[in-house]
Amino acid sequence: MALLPAATSPEWDALATRERADEDSEGGEVYQQGTVFQLVFRTFTKNKLAIIGVVIVCLLVLFCFVGPLFYHTDQVDTNIMQSNNPPSGANLLGTDNNGFDILGRLMVGGQSSIEIGLSVAILATFLGVVYGAVAGYFGKVVDTVMMRIVDIFLAIPVVFLFIFVSTIITPTTWLLILLLAGLSWLAPARLVRGETLSLRTREYVKAVKVMGGKSRRVVFRHIIPNAIGTIIVNATFQVADAILVLAVLQYLGFSLPFPHASWGEMLSQGSTFLSDGYWWEVYPALIAIILIVVAFNFIGDALRDSFEVRLQER
Amino acid sequence: MTGYIIRRLGQAIVVVLGVTMIAFFLEHLLPGGIARAIIGSRATPQQIALFNKANGLDSPVWYQYWVFLGHLVHGNLGFSYKQNRSVNSIIANDLPRDLMLVGTSLVLAVLIAVPVGVVQAVKRNRGWDYAGTAVSFVLYSMPSYALGLILIGLVAIKFRIFPAIAPQGASVGAMLAHPSGLVLPIATLTLVTYALFSRYMRSAAIDSLAQDYIRTARAKGLSEKLVLWRHVLRNSLVPVTTLVGLSLPAVLTAGLVIEQLFNFQGLGLEYFTAATTYDFPVMVGITLLVGLATVVGNLLADLTYAILDPRVRY
Repeated sequence: MALLPAATSPEWDALATRERADEDSEGGEVYQQGTVFQLVFRTFTKNKLAIIGVVIVCLLVLFCFVGPLFYHTDQVDTNIMQSNNPPSGANLLGTDNNGFDILGRLMVGGQSSIEIGLSVAILATFLGVVYGAVAGYFGKVVDTVMMRIVDIFLAIPVVFLFIFVSTIITPTTWLLILLLAGLSWLAPARLVRGETLSLRTREYVKAVKVMGGKSRRVVFRHIIPNAIGTIIVNATFQVADAILVLAVLQYLGFSLPFPHASWGEMLSQGSTFLSDGYWWEVYPALIAIILIVVAFNFIGDALRDSFEVRLQER
Repeated sequence: MTGYIIRRLGQAIVVVLGVTMIAFFLEHLLPGGIARAIIGSRATPQQIALFNKANGLDSPVWYQYWVFLGHLVHGNLGFSYKQNRSVNSIIANDLPRDLMLVGTSLVLAVLIAVPVGVVQAVKRNRGWDYAGTAVSFVLYSMPSYALGLILIGLVAIKFRIFPAIAPQGASVGAMLAHPSGLVLPIATLTLVTYALFSRYMRSAAIDSLAQDYIRTARAKGLSEKLVLWRHVLRNSLVPVTTLVGLSLPAVLTAGLVIEQLFNFQGLGLEYFTAATTYDFPVMVGITLLVGLATVVGNLLADLTYAILDPRVRY
């Protein structure tokens, strides 16, 4: 198999692209395009919304993970003498019903949202990609059976399923990640399966088979790397979706037990005091959720455009 | 076409059967058994045995599933553990209200999203288009309850225009007698649904603007208004059918959250309450109904698409 070691590498792909461009344009100037990822990166950085998205994510990550080093608050022991204080010098964004400092709680709550969102996206993407690629590659009965299973789980909305499951088990962080990932791999599975159906008929896949490549090699070394655009774009949206679903579940109370902090729970608790005018208990968490989801959606949209450019700017 | 319909129906039946399996077997995963969850941790073995016998839980699980399927075929969803009512009567009571909430919101969302999408497509990449995209982006990135909370904060608490609680009447008629209470729940769900639709509507309208028949219509001297009304708008309606069918899970999820937020006595709130009280027959019944709605929605989306668009042939 050493004959074609770089068949799936970006360089090879770009080379192939350039060669094809040569044939089509009957001469003419062929300029250096660089690898696929350089091309994608260049288009991505030209997109203003993408940059805004990346900046927001970076700032929020800094805020949640580095912020607590500078802004020390107690997020474990309640202090009802200090409950529902409006913003002041001591508590920059006021305190909530339990006397927790809101700004500090935003940081701690954000940590778990980001950690869980990213973990769910990575795990779900991994599961979905392998599942979809296997289904699409083998086709026929395997595909039919595997995709009906996906259809079945897609028929019940994630939140409904999760509420059902959460009556059965009390989640810990890891269990929560596993559960959410176990319910969100369906979309990437469908996408990658569709991509695989078209990829498996390509010449390079046939070539590998002729040379005696095993199915596993074809799927992992050739099909999945060539679907990487779809996969990365979907993974970005998965992060946004996971954070949203998480926020909904936290709001409904089906999440990690107290005193675990999360943006969704802050909103749920704060909303009881909305009519008392305690705006600082509602809007900061709300803005945080919107910001991070918008940011990941921006990045996902820009990535999708960038990967499409690979196809268009030939 | 007939072959396609038959194949598609077969798939739908398999998926529905799968949904019944998930809904049924999930409750049996409860550690310690259903009886202990319902009658308490201090129940004696005799009481548990009695409960199991009364509810048919003493036979093998596979046999129970068989009995469950038999009841299902006869339209019997079982009896609630907590409320002294059959699941059928609970659903019969709540379903009309949900149809009102979800139905009205879907219709309103389509009525807003289609013209806005056409306007955005016509004025694309100008001020109004960007404004529209920004609004739908933010709406899309909000958890549904966050939007509801903002509306409650502004409309119900600050300006006191509409109440923050849905009418609590026993029937749809009684609820319609207090229409002001319906405004906020319906408005929230409409906006959430609009956000789901708007992204597709804009690109659908852009697609139809680029078609040859639009150029023909302009070339034969139709006024721009007629072109938009007769050709762009009508052709943009085709994807709406698919969109409505496919968006049902998301809309129902948003419905659950909004019902909880506004104390709207629908199936979503019923499901939520059932989950907090381990009322499994109710949960199974509603899960089945939601799954069925999704499957039927997808099926209708596919079929109407094939009928409406003569270019689609299977």
